[in-house]
Amino acid sequence: MTLAFTLSDRCPPSFMIDENGKCQLVSLYQRYSAPEGFGGLRKPLPEARDGFSPQEIDLGRYLFFDPLLGGDKKTSCAHCHHPDYGYADGRGTAMGFGGSGVGAKRRDGAELERGAPTLWNVAFLRRLFWDWRATSLEEQAQGPLFAAAEMGNTPAQLEADINANGTYRRLFTQAYGLAHDEKIGTALIIQALVAFEASLVSLNSRYDHYAHGDHNALSEQEQIGHNIFRSFVTRCSQCHTPPLFTNVELAVIGAPEPPGKNFDLGADPIFPDMKLRGAFKVPTLRNISRTAPYMHSGSLERLQDVVEFYNDKRGHAAPEEQNLIIHWHITNPNLRKEEETALIAFLNSLEDETAAPVVPNAVPSGLGVVSVEADAGLKN
Amino acid sequence: MRKRIFALVVALSALISSTCVFSATQSKVITVREGASIQAAVKLANPGDTIEVYPGLYKETVYIDKNDITIRGVVVAGEWPVMDGEDTLNDGILVAGHGVTVDRFFIRRFKGNGIMTQGANNYKIINNIVEGDSVYGIFPQFSNNGLVADNVIWNVHDAAIYLGMCENADVVRNDTFGSVMGIEIENSKNILVENNTAHDNSSGIQVTLLQGLPVKTASNTIVRRNFISNNNVPNFAPRGSAAAGTPAGTGIVIFAADDTVVEGNIITGNDSAAIVMVDHDSSPNVRDPEMDPTPDNAKIYDNVYWNNGTKPLGAAKDVLEQAGLKEGFEVMLVTKSKGSCIANPSSVRVFGADQFTACPDGATSAGITTMQLSEPIAENLEQTEYNGRFAYKAICAGCHIYEGRMVGPPMRVIQALYMDRPEAMAQWIANPTHKRDDYPEMPPQNYLSEEDRLAIANYILNDLGKSRQLRQSRE
Ligand code: HEC
Ligand code: HEC
Ligand code: HEC
Repeated sequence: MTLAFTLSDRCPPSFMIDENGKCQLVSLYQRYSAPEGFGGLRKPLPEARDGFSPQEIDLGRYLFFDPLLGGDKKTSCAHCHHPDYGYADGRGTAMGFGGSGVGAKRRDGAELERGAPTLWNVAFLRRLFWDWRATSLEEQAQGPLFAAAEMGNTPAQLEADINANGTYRRLFTQAYGLAHDEKIGTALIIQALVAFEASLVSLNSRYDHYAHGDHNALSEQEQIGHNIFRSFVTRCSQCHTPPLFTNVELAVIGAPEPPGKNFDLGADPIFPDMKLRGAFKVPTLRNISRTAPYMHSGSLERLQDVVEFYNDKRGHAAPEEQNLIIHWHITNPNLRKEEETALIAFLNSLEDETAAPVVPNAVPSGLGVVSVEADAGLKN
Repeated sequence: MRKRIFALVVALSALISSTCVFSATQSKVITVREGASIQAAVKLANPGDTIEVYPGLYKETVYIDKNDITIRGVVVAGEWPVMDGEDTLNDGILVAGHGVTVDRFFIRRFKGNGIMTQGANNYKIINNIVEGDSVYGIFPQFSNNGLVADNVIWNVHDAAIYLGMCENADVVRNDTFGSVMGIEIENSKNILVENNTAHDNSSGIQVTLLQGLPVKTASNTIVRRNFISNNNVPNFAPRGSAAAGTPAGTGIVIFAADDTVVEGNIITGNDSAAIVMVDHDSSPNVRDPEMDPTPDNAKIYDNVYWNNGTKPLGAAKDVLEQAGLKEGFEVMLVTKSKGSCIANPSSVRVFGADQFTACPDGATSAGITTMQLSEPIAENLEQTEYNGRFAYKAICAGCHIYEGRMVGPPMRVIQALYMDRPEAMAQWIANPTHKRDDYPEMPPQNYLSEEDRLAIANYILNDLGKSRQLRQSRE
């Protein structure tokens, strides 16, 4: 295996290099000239984080997969945002510091309260985390890096490790033109991570082909499911609004906690607003087929369970004593069985991982890269 | 960041002469008669076509995701085409294509909405009759530049006509009654609501800025020359729904929306008040930190008020009681408001009068006769050869690279295969046949227009990899 690490000089798929050598997002949705906004089939996208160089995106890719960033030298970002699980973690609640393996088989690590959301299309989010406590990807990244239960690192240790690594010094110099004695700081490390995360773009699913005008790109059943999804009977599309399949808002829907887990106050302590008790960010549904189990703490195993949750009486799973103000778009849709099935078929059509980055075989630290076959999940 | 890219597109398009070819196919009329399916006709239709539906009973949801389709009911001797959801189907007509006209249908008993547009610009919804039991009767959403005219709607559990997050529309000459609200304009901008009737609802006409939605402002709605009477039906919206909090007995409600003009309306017999202005604290929903919660710059010009506020109900009654008052008012401002004015203040009974100034004499919105745009909103930005590179990066680059194997074969190989034959490539990618045993099948790219596919093929054959070759030859 060759260990000559180099940085790509080309933008990842879905990006086009501009005159300044920066990667700008390109998507067919941007060609629609309608005023910017949400909703419907052929609307432009909201602003995204882009404009990073190919080199820093590629450097971010190495950092993302490198356990050197973990205080335990075992946990990389990819252990909880894993390519095999749609850049989520395949678990109900995440497991961090000191753990081994990925997905359901991950073991022996610190337990977290919530599940890891997918990172597909994070470039479009202006608030992050289930409770919206971060306002930028930069602010967000401080969370996992330095939280004891997650990667458990410290800025000092992180900087020491990266600066002591000759390969990283060479790659950072290539990406950012460091001066000879210039130290690589935490902010720069995070910038490269952000550049990489923002390159995870998924906008070419069969649904999108349908939206752009191939009326046969969805099967008859999926089209029925699409109509149910955008109907005012279910109102799924009112919150999971295309083309991002999120309106980038908070909402109280009263999803259950897994058995034995305490009620999660959601965004209430962050803002603080009693009316936001139990509010969570509306997650994207892109690649939703890849990211089971579902909801902030993984209480719903399958898409079938999610659809049954929405089809049951509004607020049925919310603990009564919390007095949640369930969002007005949560209704009692009374879907028939075959309508539930069609809705799930539609959700599955949102899968597109064609722009998935290449998982590096090796990373500059020489530490083992997280296994990419889920079944071999115990290896690292 | 995309702004910058498009500045470049425009600059280039000035240099490259347009190669746009207009299709010569004639638009056609497709006829549907009782027993046939309207949706089947939509599937056959192409942009520019008209679907004519003859009288009869149609039990289906019709969805139109294509552009420039007209779907028109043909009324014969008073018999209408009736779409009946029998309280089991979800929606009557769903439109997500631009430039769609829905004309002259009788739509009843759908669980969701009678007629809804989503992200559909340049729409027209005209001459329809919608009888509940739906959530909304006619509901354009995220749709710009439209007309909702001459419709009759009743027995709807929320608003008979609802514009959500729309811009530039005229809502004119509609008759709305027996619903929780007659007309609601939510988080929208530049809307003219004129010559409608809203009677015997719980509330007549509302202009609102609702919290928690992705559009954060509501401004510049004109409510003019409407007949708004006897909106005193007890609120019958389902518990927990957005409309459940609507105060009954109100003619016009301005909820946190800005720059609303109310002019020339005849407002009679609304028990709580003719006009109510409220803010976000009056609603059970969360405050939205990105929204201004108060209704500012309202202009209440001359209206005819008669017999309003005689029996204040619900929230209006509570407010009055707290103030130690029994009698109702014509205009109630139950919040702070900046920059609002009222014409002839001495002629109107106003609660919160100290917050209004007198509108300048003779001030009027008469100069504005429509909010529709003079030109339809174009669907696509200018097509140029530059779009070949753009679309290649946006789509093909996910599966192909110049050298090396990804999901698909290397483009260097494909270049050799199709040398000087861009048309052949453009054709193949629309309907790929499986060629290579060691590769999966390529998904069809026929959602791309012919021009787009040709532009991509030209880019692949003429430009892709060139800078790389140049660099290598220099090395
Ligand atoms: C131990 C598992 C774990 C590790 C390691 C981890 N994350 Fe996360 N990540 C999570 C969890 C759990 C959440 C949600 C937490 C919450 O909302 O309270 C999350 C949330 C996020 C979000 C917010 C997504 C959204 O939609 O709001 C981003 C972005 C993210 N992580 C990026 C990273 C990056 C970059 C790294 C490496 C520096 C990383 N994560 C490491 C578990 C992890
Ligand atoms: C009022 C807004 C709203 C509506 C309407 C809504 N959702 Fe959600 N959805 C949310 C929120 C908020 C969450 C996250 C809740 C949590 O984690 O506790 C969510 C979570 C989900 C998830 C799990 C996502 C994940 O990554 O775990 C799926 C799947 C989903 N919704 C599908 C649907 C479908 C299908 C419908 C229509 C039947 C629907 N939603 C209607 C707001 C909404
Ligand atoms: C989802 C992955 C994917 C995408 C996206 C994709 N391709 Fe392909 N492409 C393939 C695969 C796989 C093959 C090989 C198919 C075979 O040999 O049967 C292929 C083969 C081809 C060929 C070879 C045809 C021949 O006659 O041998 C051409 C040309 C081509 N692609 C062009 C394109 C263009 C142009 C785009 C973008 C508009 C595109 N592809 C997008 C996967 C993809």
